[in-house]
Amino acid sequence: MSLVLTEEQSLLKETAAEFVQEKAPVAHLRELRDRQDATGFSRSLWKEMAELGWSGILLPEEHGGSDLGLAELGVVLEECGRTLAPYPFLSTAVLGASAIALGGSAAQQQAILPGVCAGETLLALAFQEKPRFAPYDIATQAKATADGYALSGEKVFVLDGHVADHLIVAARTSGAAGDRAGLTLFLVDPAASGVGVTRTSMVDSRNAARIRLENVAVSSDRVLGEADAGADLLDAVIERGTVALSAELLGLIHEVFDRTVTYLKERQQFGVPIGSFQALKHRAADMFCEVELSHSIVLDALRAVDEERPHRERIVSAAKARCSDTAGLVTREGLQMHGGIGMTDEEEIGLFLKRAKAAELTLGDGTYHRDRFARLTGF
Amino acid sequence: MSRDDAALEAFRQEIRAWLPEVCPASLRPDASGAAPTAEERKAWLDAFAQRGYTTPTWPKEYGGGGLSKHEVRVLNEEVTRFGVFPPGVSFFGTAMLGPVLLEFGNEAQKQEHLRKITSGEINWCQGYSEPGAGSDLAGLQTRAVRDGDHYIINGSKIWTTGANHADWMFCLVRTDPDAPKHDGISFILFDLRVPGVTISPIKLISGESDFCQVFFEDVRARAENLVGPLNGGWTIAKRLLQHERQMLSGGMPGGAPMAVPRKKGKKAEVPRPTSALAERAREYLGDSDGTLAEPVLRDRIAQYELDTLCFGLALKRSGEEAKAGHGAGAATSMFKLYASEANKRRAEIQMSVRGASGLGWEGEGFSANELMETRGWLRSKGNSIEGGTSEVQKNVIAKRVLGLPD
Repeated sequence: MSLVLTEEQSLLKETAAEFVQEKAPVAHLRELRDRQDATGFSRSLWKEMAELGWSGILLPEEHGGSDLGLAELGVVLEECGRTLAPYPFLSTAVLGASAIALGGSAAQQQAILPGVCAGETLLALAFQEKPRFAPYDIATQAKATADGYALSGEKVFVLDGHVADHLIVAARTSGAAGDRAGLTLFLVDPAASGVGVTRTSMVDSRNAARIRLENVAVSSDRVLGEADAGADLLDAVIERGTVALSAELLGLIHEVFDRTVTYLKERQQFGVPIGSFQALKHRAADMFCEVELSHSIVLDALRAVDEERPHRERIVSAAKARCSDTAGLVTREGLQMHGGIGMTDEEEIGLFLKRAKAAELTLGDGTYHRDRFARLTGF
Repeated sequence: MSRDDAALEAFRQEIRAWLPEVCPASLRPDASGAAPTAEERKAWLDAFAQRGYTTPTWPKEYGGGGLSKHEVRVLNEEVTRFGVFPPGVSFFGTAMLGPVLLEFGNEAQKQEHLRKITSGEINWCQGYSEPGAGSDLAGLQTRAVRDGDHYIINGSKIWTTGANHADWMFCLVRTDPDAPKHDGISFILFDLRVPGVTISPIKLISGESDFCQVFFEDVRARAENLVGPLNGGWTIAKRLLQHERQMLSGGMPGGAPMAVPRKKGKKAEVPRPTSALAERAREYLGDSDGTLAEPVLRDRIAQYELDTLCFGLALKRSGEEAKAGHGAGAATSMFKLYASEANKRRAEIQMSVRGASGLGWEGEGFSANELMETRGWLRSKGNSIEGGTSEVQKNVIAKRVLGLPD
């Protein structure tokens, strides 16, 4: 598939850009943060986004979705990345919705997905247990009981876990932490007895939770997909999440780079714009190269997953590694080039730096994905 | 099938029938025995040149192939399918001088020179840099003074690739020493096999001599071979540099892949991705469970391969944007910069991988491949200097793409 946007995708990009710039600019995130909003985003605005078809963008029409691909979702997320819009795309529209769409029974899909498409139902994927991303490092136990399972364990960094209507919990039905085999995904009601949800306050002002499970009773019909073979589903879900997050990072990268170049032209010192200094010009040119590379790999990775292309896993890892590292570069350099003002809470560049770091460490950073890329390339 | 598709298919069938007719047996993929002779290589070149296929997109009236982009793609596909490398013709003529002559040359100049590029009859070299004019190319001092039907040229050019094997030079000369430096330069063509020309190969750190210094002492060049307006050479010079950078980035890692002949009968399937660099590293470092034993070097190789993958996609995207009518795209200005830096990085990784086996200079104790790679590492240092240094490329990006002030 071509790396040039189709007419429909260009139109979607325009719509998304207008929408988020008007309704969810960076000031929106700041306002939510400053009033310590209990949700962390506006539910009514999420419903508006749902009406535009965005919450169900990957879901089939029979559930009220738009039945589009990651290429289209990526276009929307890129615009959200430009304004740091803190909306539950990753948790609900990508990770949660994909887990149910790819692994759920007809009954499970029918029960949950229409609510997702309507912008009413929120989802959270609870798999991570260690501070660094390691998808199979899961110790949470699911012990077989008379009519189902009893789940015990502790999950960290559960995105939007504090407001989710359904938790999708990865637990171990056999094997040991680190094994790919023996995982099972469960639909868990956060209000069920034994579930403890604690919101954590994160550096990027986004939402995550710690979730404690103590002998939580889950009936057999709440298993998502096949017992013991949950890693296949988890991989597919995380793959979608990884490219989606790369697309959000790409938007952030462009925004920070654009703002920095603008600042270099405006800010005067020694009677001239600081952008006339070669020390800064050359660093800006270096960043430009990385931005272009990041842009190209993200477009290809989104399409590779849409097309279910062979060996796409390494393209996905390349995209996340490249974008994580480029986002780090442009936010660090962007802050430095803004000088003292860049260190203030008032200037927005710092908010981008914080989000870049959080997104970098979500679903695997550059180091993680380079290692995976190497393995998938046969070394 | 539309009419266009049908015509393209007919072209494909025609090429498919033509290739075995003209390809000397010794060059064929199933050839066994003696290596091809010079005569056989010449015959292969002549077959292509007669149809203009060495410069396939040039107009037929100047000896080109007159092919559309689609036809060129088909031609390349069929040559690859047949399993033979196409005949090589020096890119100084085909990729650099030819395109600017088509754009800026007058009718007589096109008639005189283009066919001889297509046929490989004349080898061209590029007279740009001077001892005192490297990155500041427009500061060049080689003088050309009108004398009747000729210009008399005095001065010197340096870093002239292949001048010792070339027949003619396209050259930047100063024709107005009093004008501002960009406005006194002309673009002229002349025969190097004339009195007053001295060509001295320059021995490089790699031990090779692919560059020369060329000295001019009262060299006479025909005035009719001045291309474009008198003192208007800078515009042509810049356009030619664009062609050069495009070509340099194309041949680098991640660049447009060379058509590699495929063994006959092999099914087209999606191969498992591999890394030639990593496979070479495995020979020296070993592995455990398929993972390279040296984790830090492994990460450097992974970063290199990953960046090269991204770079290849940037090239692809730029090409597709150009095709879609969005213009060449801002990204083209980074290709030469990125490709040459990546090539240097690759050579450094290879040196780390090979350890002392990479330190051999010549003779016993090292494989031919090791000796070649060591020379290649040294040669790669020039990648970010020739054709515009990386620093000049960054200035260009800052100014032309990012709009940063002078």
